[in-house]
Amino acid sequence: MRWFWIDRFIEFESGKSAKAVKNVSLAEEHLHDHFPGFPVMPGSLMLEGMAQTGGILLGESHGFQHIVILAKVPKVVYHSWAVPGDTLIYSAELLEARPEGGITRVTATCGERLVAEAEIVFVHLDQSAGAAIPAHVDQKNFVFELGLMSILDVGKAGSGAAAAPAAP
Amino acid sequence: MASSAEVFEKVRETLVDALGVDDDEVTQEATLIGDLGAESIDFLDIVFRLEKNFDVRIPRGELFPENLAAPDSGFVKDGVVTEAGLAELRQKMPHGDIDAFAEDPKVENIQDLFTVAMICKFLEAKLAKG
Repeated sequence: MRWFWIDRFIEFESGKSAKAVKNVSLAEEHLHDHFPGFPVMPGSLMLEGMAQTGGILLGESHGFQHIVILAKVPKVVYHSWAVPGDTLIYSAELLEARPEGGITRVTATCGERLVAEAEIVFVHLDQSAGAAIPAHVDQKNFVFELGLMSILDVGKAGSGAAAAPAAP
Repeated sequence: MASSAEVFEKVRETLVDALGVDDDEVTQEATLIGDLGAESIDFLDIVFRLEKNFDVRIPRGELFPENLAAPDSGFVKDGVVTEAGLAELRQKMPHGDIDAFAEDPKVENIQDLFTVAMICKFLEAKLAKG
């Protein structure tokens, strides 16, 4: 299994906001243990999906030049749960994008129902004082080699044009 | 210009949001790391929030200077900050209570410079400058 907790972006306004879809499926094995006879999507994975939505929004705003790391979650509230068959929409808004990192506010909704909301702080590892980055770690490689850019296919850049991947 | 009480109240709100602490824990004397449990990542979050709440720009390292006592800084000897180091601190952190620190300038006490009062003082000076 690849660590993708969003299926694709449906909106992408470079540097501003992004919306991604996560379809919850009964084919996801962990749902059979969480919980037996009562499958609900784990909140931690919902948070991961929200962080992927917000993290890619932040990363793209700097042309994926930085290694974006989830640093802290000052606030996360779960209002209801998501079950197989639900389509979650993660809506991320970029509150701050600075050389050192950024903050996003993300909600998860299923139709009209608010499922979760979070504020997520990211740091750019290459900008952190004293960070020792292994030579093989490269944000571009992470994004492009894992094919993550393909989930941006339907996105649009700030201009309204399709979001162009940065030169590899 | 905001009064000291207004600045403190806003700083308190900021720290409550950033650190998940209770209102009454945020006193002027409280240290961010020791009393309020802040970690390195929180400092970035605090700076972001202060900028937003006070509508000011805080360049990196201005409020919370980095690498204050790096081993290669030459400002530390036998775990104690040297006179030159103290002078450097005074210059980098005019908002910090360096006199209090100088009484026992062990490296591990540097973190106690980061207090709620220090943030308030920093912001008051910044707001006064406009």
